[in-house]
Amino acid sequence: MEALEIARWQFGITTVYHFLMVPLTIGLGLVVASLQTMWFVTGREQYLRMTKFWGKLFLINFIMGVATGLVQEFQFGMAWSEYSRFVGDVFGAPLAMESLLAFFTESIFLGLWIFGWKRLPKPVHLLSIWAATLASLASAYFILAANSWMQHPVGVELVDGRAVMTDVWAVLTNNTLLVAFPHTLFGAFSVAGGFLLGIAWYHLYKRRRDGIDTVDAAGKVVVGSNPAIGRDRTDHKVWLQSLRIGAVVALISFAGVSLTGDLQAKLMFQQQPMKMAAAEAACHDGTGFSVLSIGDIGSRNCDDVKAVVELPGLLSFLANGDFHTDVKGVNTLIPEYQQKYGSVLPDDPAYGERAGQPVQYVPVMAVTYWGFRIMITFGMLAAAAAAVALWLVRKGTVPESKWLMRLAVFGILAPFGANSAGWIFTEMGRQPFVVAPNPDFSGIDNVFMFTAAAVSPGVSLGELVFSVSAFTLVYLTLLVVEVRLLAVYCRGGVPSAMPELLHRDREDSEDRDSDGGTGGKDDGDVLAFAY
Amino acid sequence: MESLPTLWFVIIAFFFTGYLFLEGFDLGVGMLMRLFARNDTERRVLLNTVGPVWDGNEVWLITAGAMVFAAFPHWYASLFAGLYLPLVLVLLALIFRAVGFEYRGKVHSDRWRAGWDWAIALGSLVSAFGIGAMLALTTTGLPLNANGDRVGGPFAWLNGYAVLGGLAVVAFCLVHALAFLMLKTDGEVRHRARRALRRWLPIGLAPLALWAILVVMSHGKTGSWLLLAVAVAGAVAAWLLAGRGKEGPAFLGLGVFLVAGAGAIFSSVYPTVLPSTIDPAFNLTVANASSSDYTLGVMSVVALFGIPAVLAYQLYTYWVFRKRVSSVHIPAAHAVLPQ
Ligand code: HDD
Ligand code: HEM
Ligand code: HEM
Repeated sequence: MEALEIARWQFGITTVYHFLMVPLTIGLGLVVASLQTMWFVTGREQYLRMTKFWGKLFLINFIMGVATGLVQEFQFGMAWSEYSRFVGDVFGAPLAMESLLAFFTESIFLGLWIFGWKRLPKPVHLLSIWAATLASLASAYFILAANSWMQHPVGVELVDGRAVMTDVWAVLTNNTLLVAFPHTLFGAFSVAGGFLLGIAWYHLYKRRRDGIDTVDAAGKVVVGSNPAIGRDRTDHKVWLQSLRIGAVVALISFAGVSLTGDLQAKLMFQQQPMKMAAAEAACHDGTGFSVLSIGDIGSRNCDDVKAVVELPGLLSFLANGDFHTDVKGVNTLIPEYQQKYGSVLPDDPAYGERAGQPVQYVPVMAVTYWGFRIMITFGMLAAAAAAVALWLVRKGTVPESKWLMRLAVFGILAPFGANSAGWIFTEMGRQPFVVAPNPDFSGIDNVFMFTAAAVSPGVSLGELVFSVSAFTLVYLTLLVVEVRLLAVYCRGGVPSAMPELLHRDREDSEDRDSDGGTGGKDDGDVLAFAY
Repeated sequence: MESLPTLWFVIIAFFFTGYLFLEGFDLGVGMLMRLFARNDTERRVLLNTVGPVWDGNEVWLITAGAMVFAAFPHWYASLFAGLYLPLVLVLLALIFRAVGFEYRGKVHSDRWRAGWDWAIALGSLVSAFGIGAMLALTTTGLPLNANGDRVGGPFAWLNGYAVLGGLAVVAFCLVHALAFLMLKTDGEVRHRARRALRRWLPIGLAPLALWAILVVMSHGKTGSWLLLAVAVAGAVAAWLLAGRGKEGPAFLGLGVFLVAGAGAIFSSVYPTVLPSTIDPAFNLTVANASSSDYTLGVMSVVALFGIPAVLAYQLYTYWVFRKRVSSVHIPAAHAVLPQ
């Protein structure tokens, strides 16, 4: 193992981990803000309960996003100092904008929201969750601007061997960014959709299992009520509506990722043809999309791979929008890349002992090939499940089946998997470049950087081994803690997020207390939603 | 005279100082969770004084870091790679602290709470120490070669200045947190905080003052000496005012000490942002470490709109949560109900 490999593992581990929290924060934030708006407008009890319950889970997740984001911000300088020097002029700007314009808004308004339940006037309180949510979208935009620049550098020129920004507008309206942003957002919404669906299903199932809700001869739900706290008729509405919202969100987002993903693929065929050829394990020029290929996809020698099931014309459609234009395969691209960017690493001190070694232009095909397919398949599965779920609950509750419930709960993982797979595909498909050359932009195709030159020269192997072990260990521990905490609060249902329900009388509180405890009655309890 | 890089040096100094001022008290409150609070209710009082604001405070550090990256990429690269190990510890500490704030009250169990109390206290201690060491070293230097890379191994940064800077920030945070608690709590906690502040203030501020004096002595300009004098005056005033029970003014006195002290340090080292202890020719300065004027111009426009907005809504939060917290506000802990 060398420092470079460890540094890459560390970046991959910490970023993929950060991106487990991020889509849930973005998606759930929007859901909670919308639910609170519904409560604000209609005054209905069930929306208050939904806001509080999903809000609690949102917060448990949010903090992990913050904690892991900190590492992201610093590790460019720590482990990738040559990269930071090379791109700092253009790459640091969106990061600083993200902090100044998005993170402050996000964290400050979220603090107001958490602690402001009884102190802020209702409209201001509602505005604060919207401010935090919109700021998280802005943060996604800025960070994706930075990332898209690495995929497709624009608005720069090379001065003294460094990328220097000449046009910030070009960086912020990079066409790669304009498609990656909606694609990533829809991916985030599909995570939130699956999350709502799975957890709401679990609660509807438990109400049936405990005999609270039953079905009549026509299969229509007969909603019951149980003296236990929070298991009244409103509770049924909370879960049924959450489930439906989740399923609809999941369906819409799948449509969204498909449309934007198609646009991304078309761009990628122009901007990083090797990434897409590797995603297809397409060695030779052709028009067919491989549904299944066998052979040693892990090897970088393409002729080991054979397509077993191939859809003729589909690849051309993905790349060009028609069914006949040939798409360049890996074997055609390798000499083109070698000719443009050299067949060996330059004789530069930045490469240390690697200088002069041959450049491997083909990314690890198993990762790109399967990454691409896992992303699409998991997304499709989640959307299909959402459609089935909508149909199954058309009469007002879920079937009393333990297995279906388990499926719904474990289904929560599918969109997470799709998101991670998408990122791993995007990022590893970019190798061997950390900043991929921009082939269609005259004059700046010399702005690129090999990953091998990006790592910090002064940082030793030992330091990296220590840090990657420490981060991995801590992240795994915290993952267990977070998931268990989420499970406790999910199981607890609404009362776990609304201790004030305990102090209300236990009768059915349907649509009664429309201001849901925001009154000043029990001022002693001001911190109930806080610590 | 490099005007845009100088402007950005000032903005970044402003962000680091703002960070120490704001997160200073929540780092201190974090440490006091174990050092000062006597029971669970008091710990929850402490937590709730910083609860709504600590995350916003921490963003000052993130922003300072990102601004160093955008405005001085060479400074960012050399400093952060040079201090690799201590920064890993700082990041881990900040992670535990953040998660602790949020998760501590979420499970009704003494062991759970005690565990997170330690995470918060130690996390605050280690991050304060590490950030102090980092700031001290950026003023006194690292063994950097011509490319700006640290030589001499993973611990080449470890020297007296690092320890002094670490101690300075830890001790300042503790004192600052006592002043903050005296201002933000009521009852028993408030009175104990005031007594403790009177007792510990001189010792707590000494290491920071010493660091400032050392830096000003080695390259100080007249202005820096002046700022140093203002800082000392602020500290003395804070001490006297705390004795008279003037809580708000005492807190402000501490603020004056910090701002003027940091001003003295940053103005002395200017125009160097990170000296090399190997050869002054390898020093990183505002001139040779900065981004292009175009980038700095763009960022200046962003800062022109961003900074006033941030200050405005941060002030608004402090105003909304201006009420004192005391044990009577703390509701009974409740268990999460299994449904
Ligand atoms: C598409 C979205 C996205 C992506 C690709 C990333 N992040 Fe992130 N990040 C967010 C979206 C986000 C967020 C949704 O805005 C978070 C999640 C939880 C939160 O607090 O905000 C966040 C939190 C977050 C924080 C903590 C902010 C706070 O204290 O409030 C930092 C410092 C970063 N991120 C930095 C990064 C860096 C340097 C990344 C690149 C490697 C990165 N993030 C990838
Ligand atoms: C949040 C979603 C992201 C995920 C899941 C992700 C994933 C990854 C992975 C798996 C790698 C390792 C690739 C390899 O070494 O083969 C990597 C590398 C890298 N990514 Fe990302 N990434 C994400 C976002 C970003 C963003 C937003 C940026 C920049 C702003 C970025 C910058 C980098 C850099 C600098 C490297 C290190 C160099 C390299 O190994 O290529 N990534 N990322
Ligand atoms: C028909 C469906 C889909 C298509 C055609 C598609 C296409 C693509 C393409 C071409 C990329 C690579 C872009 C690049 O290299 O910069 C990508 C990246 C990505 N995909 Fe998909 N995708 C689909 C479904 C999904 C689903 C269902 C999810 C998640 C729920 C998802 C999440 C992501 C993420 C997070 C990335 C990386 C970030 C980015 O570059 O935007 N995708 N997708």
